[in-house]
Amino acid sequence: MITRGKTVAIVLLLIAAFAGSVVSLNGAEGARGEQATLEDILYIPSSKALKRMGLGYSGVLADIYWTRTVQYYGRKLATRRSDLRYDLLYPLLDITTDLDPHLIVAYEFGSIFLSQRPPVGAGQPDNAVALLEKGIRANPDYWRLYFDLGFIHFFDRKDPKAAQQAFAKGSENPKALSWMKALAASMAEKANETETALNLWTRLYETTSDEMVKQNAFQHIEGLRTDLEVLELERRVKMYHDRTGRLPANWYEMMHEGLLGAVPLDATEKPYKLMPDGTVQVEDPDSIPFLTQGTPPGWKKSTKPQ
Amino acid sequence: MIARLSAITFNTFREAVRDRVLYNLIVFALLLVATAPLFGEISIGVERLILVNVGLSAISIFGIIIAIFIGIGLVSKEIEKKTLYTILSRPVRRWEFITGKYLGLVMTLVVNAAFMTAGFYLALLLVSHGLGKDDGGLLIAVYFIILEFFIVTAITLLFSSFSSPILSAVFAFALFVIGTFAEDLRNFAALATGVTKWLATGVAYLVPNFSALNVISQVAHSQGVSGRLVLWNTVYALLYSLTAAVAAVLIFERRNLK
Repeated sequence: MITRGKTVAIVLLLIAAFAGSVVSLNGAEGARGEQATLEDILYIPSSKALKRMGLGYSGVLADIYWTRTVQYYGRKLATRRSDLRYDLLYPLLDITTDLDPHLIVAYEFGSIFLSQRPPVGAGQPDNAVALLEKGIRANPDYWRLYFDLGFIHFFDRKDPKAAQQAFAKGSENPKALSWMKALAASMAEKANETETALNLWTRLYETTSDEMVKQNAFQHIEGLRTDLEVLELERRVKMYHDRTGRLPANWYEMMHEGLLGAVPLDATEKPYKLMPDGTVQVEDPDSIPFLTQGTPPGWKKSTKPQ
Repeated sequence: MIARLSAITFNTFREAVRDRVLYNLIVFALLLVATAPLFGEISIGVERLILVNVGLSAISIFGIIIAIFIGIGLVSKEIEKKTLYTILSRPVRRWEFITGKYLGLVMTLVVNAAFMTAGFYLALLLVSHGLGKDDGGLLIAVYFIILEFFIVTAITLLFSSFSSPILSAVFAFALFVIGTFAEDLRNFAALATGVTKWLATGVAYLVPNFSALNVISQVAHSQGVSGRLVLWNTVYALLYSLTAAVAAVLIFERRNLK
């Protein structure tokens, strides 16, 4: 039988070898570099060949490619670099949806993050439209894809006419929710852009099942609401000025005048700052992504996603 | 010691050859050489890419299947046939027996891989009508596949040192599958928090990481593989195999063979 001393020696060797394997694995991963990982993701860049090699298991392959797509996007976003590029996002989505044309989440998630500007998205609205049109061809009864199409036409392609056509076409589906018609109408009327934008993001937030899309929509809603609140507060400051002939020194003076019920708070629950020149600013613009109003002069939007 | 080790090693190799293990080479050659011209039919523009992917994956899968199915019988067959008692009654230590068996199977797999690589290059020659500079880089992928064999053999030996052949095959194959998704496991660990993060990180280090050794797609796209990666992967494969082999020795040393 094995002696105690020999057992201890073997166990120590075992621990040392395992610790060494952990260190060398980290070294190997460091040496692999970004490019190798990207090519690994795409693996075989032809969905036709993949389908044939998958021996009919294209659903499983689509799931694998879809998982890789989400990981690719997530890993890129997590690097928090200002020069983010999502070169493989569209090819990955294209292959995934070729393998499984009914994978709705790929069209919805993909189009939103393809169309938005970096660092949040790839800044490729035309590819997003192509992906959605492909999704609509494969799933003509799924009205939500028309909503996503109109959404991208409106926000990223700045084409309200195309957006109106998409919303109108989607609203013809008997399963479509009633507000699709209203959206089509608001595009046609060229209604207040901020309010229309808020309406669109709110609809997206309410109806999406994807957590990442939901969080993104929530951040846009916060930004747009803050924009509207800043404009409203500045309008009331002007009213104060018209009444008293001077600018208010603080919010309490406006409350005293009956123009405010309480000290106004922004989306992060911090009081808005009333500036000496009568403009209104938020305390921490970086904490509210997608903000366009209420920022200090010369302030540059942080490229870091929140 | 060297003489005893080499005797066990070469006997294991001879036994594998006698078991007609190398017959798989015929299947492999048929698979690649006979189907190579078909790749052009099913995949316009990516024939070479698909051939490289299929060829190198086949070398890897064939080798791993052999490693598992021969590896599970390395110890149990000797016990079953009672030849182990004859070996251990001679001046052969138990660790020498395990190490010799391990080296013998690795040798079988390396010879097997060498023949398959030759067949693969032949198929490549047929498809590409010649070999280019990039095709030399494919040998690095083959080298990494051989490193995979080192690990799979050690794992199979570890399982077979305490479990039945069928269960050892199931465990080893399951660990191989988990190991191919090790990078996903590490990505999951990176995104997780709290106890889950620690647990996932621990598991990610414990299971063999075959994704670090898989550069098939990289070489298929004619991308270079850095010398640092070759070095780290070699060290990793050797140390991980050593860990599993030492664990197998520890179990085998304590095993009651009466």
